[in-house]
Amino acid sequence: MLLEIKELKAGYGEIQALFGVELSLEEGSTLALIGANGAGKSSLLRCITGLIRPTGGQILYNKKNIAAYRPYDISAMGIAMVPEGRRLFPSLTVEENLIMGQCNKREQEWTLERVYDLFPPLKGFRKRMGTELSGGQQQMVAVGRALMSNPRLLLCDELSLGLAPVVIKDIYRTLETVTKTGLSLIIVEQDINQAIAASNSFLCIREGEIVLSGTRENADRNLIAKAYFGN
Amino acid sequence: MIAWIDTLIQGVLLGGFFALSGLGLSLSFGIMHIVNIAHGDFLVVAAYLCLVICGLFGLNPLLAIIIVIPLMFLFGYALQKTILNKGVDGGELSPLLITFGLSIILHNLLQEFFSADAKSLDVGAFEVASLNIGPLHIGWLPITILVTTLVVYYILHQIMESTKFGMIVRATVDDPEITSLMGVDTKKINCLGMGLSMTIVGIAGTLFGIKSSFFPLAGGLQLLFAFEAVIIGGMGSIWGTLLGGMSLGIAQTIGYRIGSGWGEFAGHLVFFLFLLLKPSGLLSKETQHA
Ligand SMILES: Nc1ncnc2c1ncn2[C@@H]1O[C@H](COP(=O)(O)OP(=O)(O)OP(=O)(O)O)[C@@H](O)[C@H]1O
Ligand SMILES: [Mg+2]
Repeated sequence: MLLEIKELKAGYGEIQALFGVELSLEEGSTLALIGANGAGKSSLLRCITGLIRPTGGQILYNKKNIAAYRPYDISAMGIAMVPEGRRLFPSLTVEENLIMGQCNKREQEWTLERVYDLFPPLKGFRKRMGTELSGGQQQMVAVGRALMSNPRLLLCDELSLGLAPVVIKDIYRTLETVTKTGLSLIIVEQDINQAIAASNSFLCIREGEIVLSGTRENADRNLIAKAYFGN
Repeated sequence: MIAWIDTLIQGVLLGGFFALSGLGLSLSFGIMHIVNIAHGDFLVVAAYLCLVICGLFGLNPLLAIIIVIPLMFLFGYALQKTILNKGVDGGELSPLLITFGLSIILHNLLQEFFSADAKSLDVGAFEVASLNIGPLHIGWLPITILVTTLVVYYILHQIMESTKFGMIVRATVDDPEITSLMGVDTKKINCLGMGLSMTIVGIAGTLFGIKSSFFPLAGGLQLLFAFEAVIIGGMGSIWGTLLGGMSLGIAQTIGYRIGSGWGEFAGHLVFFLFLLLKPSGLLSKETQHA
């Protein structure tokens, strides 16, 4: 197992968001994490990357409990995230945004050239400010920036948010080629079909708890809908 | 006519100093979001530090600055690491309160060690030497200060725009959370940022000690001037602070021409008008990126 999460509890001050989450992910596989607004998807990713510190449980990455690690140490260990809302650096150019990914000083596998090969539209915008790009292009920068940190595990939080269906398809197709290199993925989506189609297995989270898990092959629409919405 | 040209030149020269001391304040606000109430006192500390170094090694203050700079950098780094970074976790107000406390402690320490008597840094005849162009007499010391200011601004600009460190600082200012996800210890960036701010304070403080006499409580007024330069220029904008410092210098010099008691008042008036009519300043961060 590349990632194994046990009994994970976390929250924001008084507000608890995760109530004993369990998750496991094999190296090289893709996991979809689905759930409604406020279910705790982003909170779970923020725990894994160290942005919020769990109040209980374990996050075993490569058999090491990283639950109390700092975000920059976790990044150096090979976990990267494409955050919800993309969050490019507004005062940096596209190229600088990408270069920022390399600050964790992991062994170079990804280069600017490789990212531009993966996302050809970005090449013409390298000197532009990231915020001048279209939503889809910004998302490419956000994915490219995460790849530049040479991750073993990539977390993608709502890649499709606010993007046109063609663009979404494009980005997911690109991600698929990347996973062929052995990269492990967790994708968070509200769009159930999109997420499950792109994954080997899925987890459904509701109110901070995992309420259903399964594989792409045995995904049952009715069960998922019930787990997703509750009642 | 000549008198007004002279006023303008003297104003720009005076403004050079305000722009330099304002830059240190502007940086700590722009990078670490710290409103450094002790800024003026740090300026005075740098002047005393230079005084001590000159006494120990018998150096000219303009040479001693080479020792003052790294010491002030280390001081800033250590200050951020041991005290201010802890304060940042406690919300917006706590760095303000911490620097306020520091200011009071520094007053007491300086009085304890150096007494309340005014001191000055002696550069001999250079202090009063001037360049004479026809009827205009322009002091070499103010020229030196202005040139130093412009060089410091240029170097800082180069650091921020053309180095990897500058890029990481800009990213940290934009979004510290995402920057930390990129593998950057943003607290360390804050330490380096404070070190940089104090480096500039070290240069400004030494020049302050050369151009005027100083005493333990002299920092208050200097904080006010630096703050005015930053506000007039626009919070968070480095080039704005340069313009703000110049505006303040020119306003004060015009005031002094009207009457010796009116100089500082004219500066405060311009500052007040900006607060009232254009609180975002000459170059706010928004207009800079537009
Ligand atoms: N910064 C915060 N402070 C306080 N509570 C928060 C914060 N962020 C999220 N929460 C709460 O934590 C719970 C889980 O939120 P989270 O953002 O993880 O949900 P999500 O599944 O990502 O939702 P969405 O699909 O809307 O992005 C919610 O109840 C939310 O209100
Ligand atoms: Mg979310």
